Amino acid sequence: MMSPLALLRQRRNPGRIGFSDVLAYIYLAVGVFLMFGPVVWLVLSSFKTRSNLDEFPPTFLPLAQQSVAVKGYDSKLPLYNVTMPDGSKRVLAQVRRIGVISQLVDPAAPQTIIKVNMDKRTALRHLGLDWHNYEHPLRHFNFGRYLWNSVFVTVVATLVTLLINSMAAYALSIHEFRGKNFFLVAVIATLMVPITIILVPVFVVVNEIGLDNSLWAVILPGAATPTGVFLLRQYMLTMPRELIEAARMDKASEWQIYARIVMPLALPALAVLTIFSVMWRWNEFLWPLVVLSKSETYTLQIGLNAFQGDLQTQWNYLLAMTVVALIPIALVFVFLQRFITSGIANTGMK
Amino acid sequence: MTTAPASNLLARLGRFIAELPGAPMALVERVIGTSRMAYVFILPNILFFGLFVFLPIGIDIYYSFTGGTALFPSQRPGVGGLQYHYLADCKNFYDPSSCREDYFWRGMWTSLKFTLIQVSVMVLVSLATALVLNMKIRARGFFRAVYFFPVLLSPVVVALVWKWILQPQGLLNAAIVGMGGQPILFLADAGWAMFWAIFVSVWAHTGFYTLILLAGLQAIPRDIYEAADMDGTRPLRQLVRLTLPLLWPNLLVVLVLVTIRGVQTFDEVFALTGGGPGTATMMIVQYIYTTAFASQVPDYGLAAAASVVLGLLLLVLTLTQLWLTRRRGAT
Amino acid sequence: MAALELHSIAKAYGRVSVLHDISLAVADGEFVVLVGPSGCGKSTLLRVIAGLESASDGQIRLDGQDVTRLAAAERGLAMVFQSYALYPHMSVRQNIAFALENMRLPKAEIARRVQSASEMLRLEPYLERRPGALSGGQRQRVAIGRAIVRDPKIFLFDEPLSNLDAELRVATRKELAALHARIGGTMIYVTHDQVEAMTLANRIVVLRAGRIEQIGTPLELYNQPCNEFVAGFIGSPRMNFIPVTAAEAGQVQVGAARFALAAAGALAAGDKATLGIRPEHIDLAPQGGDLEVEVNLIEQLGGETFVYGVLGDGSEVTMRSEGQSAIKRGDKVGISLQRQHVHLFGADGLALR
Repeated sequence: MMSPLALLRQRRNPGRIGFSDVLAYIYLAVGVFLMFGPVVWLVLSSFKTRSNLDEFPPTFLPLAQQSVAVKGYDSKLPLYNVTMPDGSKRVLAQVRRIGVISQLVDPAAPQTIIKVNMDKRTALRHLGLDWHNYEHPLRHFNFGRYLWNSVFVTVVATLVTLLINSMAAYALSIHEFRGKNFFLVAVIATLMVPITIILVPVFVVVNEIGLDNSLWAVILPGAATPTGVFLLRQYMLTMPRELIEAARMDKASEWQIYARIVMPLALPALAVLTIFSVMWRWNEFLWPLVVLSKSETYTLQIGLNAFQGDLQTQWNYLLAMTVVALIPIALVFVFLQRFITSGIANTGMK
Repeated sequence: MTTAPASNLLARLGRFIAELPGAPMALVERVIGTSRMAYVFILPNILFFGLFVFLPIGIDIYYSFTGGTALFPSQRPGVGGLQYHYLADCKNFYDPSSCREDYFWRGMWTSLKFTLIQVSVMVLVSLATALVLNMKIRARGFFRAVYFFPVLLSPVVVALVWKWILQPQGLLNAAIVGMGGQPILFLADAGWAMFWAIFVSVWAHTGFYTLILLAGLQAIPRDIYEAADMDGTRPLRQLVRLTLPLLWPNLLVVLVLVTIRGVQTFDEVFALTGGGPGTATMMIVQYIYTTAFASQVPDYGLAAAASVVLGLLLLVLTLTQLWLTRRRGAT
Repeated sequence: MAALELHSIAKAYGRVSVLHDISLAVADGEFVVLVGPSGCGKSTLLRVIAGLESASDGQIRLDGQDVTRLAAAERGLAMVFQSYALYPHMSVRQNIAFALENMRLPKAEIARRVQSASEMLRLEPYLERRPGALSGGQRQRVAIGRAIVRDPKIFLFDEPLSNLDAELRVATRKELAALHARIGGTMIYVTHDQVEAMTLANRIVVLRAGRIEQIGTPLELYNQPCNEFVAGFIGSPRMNFIPVTAAEAGQVQVGAARFALAAAGALAAGDKATLGIRPEHIDLAPQGGDLEVEVNLIEQLGGETFVYGVLGDGSEVTMRSEGQSAIKRGDKVGISLQRQHVHLFGADGLALR
């Protein structure tokens, strides 16, 4: 058995801890703070009450006023730590405040009103998550709608992307046909045409088709993706040719070979493309910003951007909705990070 | 059939859906023959590419030679090279305010400035991180993930995360006040806004380039370093004489990628600063967006002309990349 | 079951010709083996028959019907691939049933056929397993089962035993022979292993460089190879080839020795030729004999003995004899050739009779 201390000292490379190792760990520690810190701060802040948010300097954790039901009062009363004139400290419930004078009662003996100066009392608070920030915008602003739109766009666009790109990849990997190289080059060429330089014409096309201000205008233009075609084609090229030939001998039609042999076997690559597509679609910003001009069709990202642009930024709601926009990505990150990094390593694309 | 009826049902459902187009596709196959089925499979993809990539390139160029405010091509009068003339109408090319389309030139210069600084910072930070992650450290997977995760965040989320920290009453100002300083209005100051635009975009994307560089580092055979150790080569010299030359191809790829994306920067910066204060952080893509979609009178022709200019710029950068990678393959 | 005819089949990839003028008739129920060294075009020929490759020229007829332009699926043939090509994501049952489902047979009929095929091939215990969970021999049987259930016009086998170990290969070979005897289907089988060819075939087609060298029953090929290549390819150990010169009528000269051969009658004096004799057709002759050999290696297998030696003119000779032998390395022994088994090949490699 190794003692815990020896275990601690054990390192990958046995030997002394050099100066460069110390520097490396400092660098990494700063990195963790800088990369994670802001997001942690966002999530913590999103649970703060409006008044807790307005405090400066801010509190680290979301704190909520403790309150108590007191006999004779309809609503709950906030609790305070009060320094009494004689120097003793008590926990009292505030009934009302007039000017700088606070009127308080002892919850155990609510008949007597105690008056103290405002600065003699501090609010009694506890760690409290304020779900109101989440509930309210989803119910009363359009955020419920935005959320639904984002989910719809992400799911449908991913399905369309998987279907048409896998079909193209199937043709370009399993088949030999006249013009194959032409099509391959055409697909590669689209890599060089980012949406930033064809905003106007794609907007024209979408309007000509009559898709303006519909979610399909967000879904369709990005559905065919060179990254998707090549990712899947690369994978399909590794499938044994005899397998396809066996299926041909087994009287399978082309569609059956595609749907029942090639697709099930390409599942790992399809999974990577699914993750990519979900990320692209959930996070997409510039194109939806151009094409969606009615609030009912906003996706979450556009809704967030519009909401922050309003004159009076309601940070408590904005923060909570930002967290909502972050959740699916966080889940993808936690569970599927390995797929993504290997996907990027294999294609050099994201 | 006896085990897991639920997954079995799901599999049957999946098969049912997959078989739906089976009959019509089989009919098509019988009519045109198996050897031509490839065209049927590639058709949807090519249709989408044609409609949303290739046709738009043509429309882009056509629109850049038309004027008016109408959206549809039939209602747009041709104006020859007028739009390009407008864009290039400058008394002094180094002074945007002397230009007819001063916002275009401001956007160009801002994009240039942003790109130059951002590229150097991004490459340095990514390289440093990759080098550290390539050392013999514990929990490498965790640290790699830490640097990588902002890559997945949406630009709006990235912008809001930082806007919340940078706002006048935000965490950063609390720290400054706590240390006895005065709060700074970060996003209302031209210099600070540019600083944070670059900072945030490096924060958001460095993980991606770190990953590429780390892959390059890990492809360098270990025994080279062992040989260098045997020769008594100092670590710094190993870095300069071994690691960097061997990593050069990957560095080059990263350099060009960051440049191409830097020129197209829009999302995070727009959501963070809105291009402001004034036009201090307005990039060229924002100019195109605003001209066509966010101004009182949309000027599609001018935006198209600016797009064509940007497209040519990107084409040059892409060809440079191809040339560099080709040369790399040759040596 | 069906008969197959190939008429002047040719196949070229661009400028590279891999098959030239292949004509062949396979009778209904016949087991034909295509054999030849690697690169001879035997697999390509099988794939052309299957419809996986199109012929550049010529005609393929099934039961008299021209199928040259038909796609693989429409020819009604079944193929067992070298790698078996089992669908890895389907169970054994699904693998076997896949083709039947594609043919839209009724469910009961599919079940019945899968049942009988799996009984015949002893696959019942594995029906719900995936191919990945099977041994090599079991996968092989699944691949055959997948072919059998379709009741195809012709079975095509592409080196089906090459992925099995030696022991299993012998066992499976026997099963294949038994299978053919039982179901009596027309089978075309590609292999580079002449033992497989000899043991399985009704007729063997020997191919070299995209051309048919000889077609015949196994014993025809063994007894009357029509040229040096076939003679060397069929039989193990390989036939010995000894360069000879024709002397006066009906005699050949090997080094200092000279002896009479019926086939040598066709040669003029001084013509160069090659004498072929199989190792099992050489007898050790304690006194005299036709030639003298210096022994340089002995392999004693118990039941038989292989003796390797060199003739006076430097050509190497292998001899096989029954039982065990007292000969040692370095001995000089006399050998005599069994006259009725001596082959003679002209300078062009063709057999002289």
